[in-house]
Amino acid sequence: MRLALRETMIGFRRAPMLSVLSITTIAFSLFAFGLFSLVAVNIRKTLRDVESRVEIRAFLAEGTPVEVVSAAMGDIGVFPEVSRVEYVSPDSALARARAELGEFKDVFESSFLPASIDVRLREGHRDPETVRTVAGRIKSFEFVDDVRFGEDWVDKLYRIRNVATATGIVLGLAFAAVAVIIISATIRMAVMARAREISIMRLVGATDGFIRRPFLIEGFLKGVLGGVMALALTWFASQVITRNFIQTEFFSRGLAVLGLLGGALIGVLGSSLSVGRHLRKV
Amino acid sequence: MIRFQHVYKEYPRTGLVLQDVSLFVAKGEFVFLTGPSGAGKSSLLKLVYMEELPTKGDVWVSGVRAKGVNRKEIAKLRRKLGVVFQDFRLLEDRTAEANVAFALEVIDTPRASIHNKVSRALAQVGLAAKGTSMPREMSGGEQQRVAIARALVNDPFVLIADEPTGNLDERATRGVFQLLRDINASGTAVVMATHNLDLVRRSGYRTIEINRGQVVFDSAENDASKRKVEGLA
Repeated sequence: MRLALRETMIGFRRAPMLSVLSITTIAFSLFAFGLFSLVAVNIRKTLRDVESRVEIRAFLAEGTPVEVVSAAMGDIGVFPEVSRVEYVSPDSALARARAELGEFKDVFESSFLPASIDVRLREGHRDPETVRTVAGRIKSFEFVDDVRFGEDWVDKLYRIRNVATATGIVLGLAFAAVAVIIISATIRMAVMARAREISIMRLVGATDGFIRRPFLIEGFLKGVLGGVMALALTWFASQVITRNFIQTEFFSRGLAVLGLLGGALIGVLGSSLSVGRHLRKV
Repeated sequence: MIRFQHVYKEYPRTGLVLQDVSLFVAKGEFVFLTGPSGAGKSSLLKLVYMEELPTKGDVWVSGVRAKGVNRKEIAKLRRKLGVVFQDFRLLEDRTAEANVAFALEVIDTPRASIHNKVSRALAQVGLAAKGTSMPREMSGGEQQRVAIARALVNDPFVLIADEPTGNLDERATRGVFQLLRDINASGTAVVMATHNLDLVRRSGYRTIEINRGQVVFDSAENDASKRKVEGLA
């Protein structure tokens, strides 16, 4: 191990420009990946915010007795999908409408709007299918005139989410593949630069595992260093975006560590590909 | 110790480089391998240290059989044999000592014993005082001695030398050759490929001549058949 570390250091020292270049290249390919992940994280967060507003509004028939309504609210409240049930009286419905549609506030008269029960759903139960089922169940109450839940809107939201997730996975994999290719190319240069050592090692009886070790360490270090640099760049970018355009959320600590480990893994993978290919040839 | 049995070696581009080569090298023997350039000397040596494997036929080196051998077994085998080349193959950015020590380090030799072994090997090749010199500060003959020290440091049973004097002047050639004789005298077999017929003739060692991939002359066989003929007479 000691020798492997020493050989790694010799590799770095002998070709400092090459090392810096490869770390920078790794950093930028991971940075591209990081930027994309940042967008993905923020899209998901936004969608989660929007999603949390998915609600079913059940309009009540005029003159429904209060006891009946509260009994029904109790029933609805115990549905497993439901997180919150709220009664909205005609007056508060009016106030809300006035607040939301400011310029038309004079148009609304009192008792113009029906009373309603607003139902919020738990996380994980906000997909169109579930929303429709719950709405159907609520509609079956006799005193419910009509149920609204923005059907098109829920559908659309889900489609956006699915597209965003799929795009995220595909682009993420593409960026990761690009990073692996770049890293394996830079390690390949390092392998070429040390072809002589490798041939001598083989000549005097070093095993493939032994020869591979310093390169794997090198790949690991380059991956981690590139990862740290990429993380810093991404953080800087997110700060710039937050300051100038729109509030963005940075990766959580766990996600950042995961990113670094990903960089290290990509580094090890890239170098083991390069060394393996070289060793198969000699 | 080294046995070739009807060995053929064919490369996809250059075609057949060795044809039906059968030979045996005994423990402690000194053997010259001669023949024109491109005759197949280097290919034959590569088969000995298993850089190449035969296309047909089989090779045994110290109990390791080429047929079905894996990379790990080859690595283990190479720890028991030393190889030197015309171009020395030293690491240019390390001292003579470090070059020799490298051969020990990469096979996980205990650190404590490395220093002694390196000093002994350098002393054996007459470079005890040059341990801290860099290869570029040394003459060709000295560099080849460092390479030989590196080959010897693991106490090999055979030293394989591919044109070791090819890059050296007359005096250095004699020096290196004398060193190889001394090494042989202490029990290590030596298989040396060379162009230098002068050296071969004067030495009286067994000589195998290769031409176009075939063994065309083997002084050992000649001696044997001579003995046979004399015995009959």
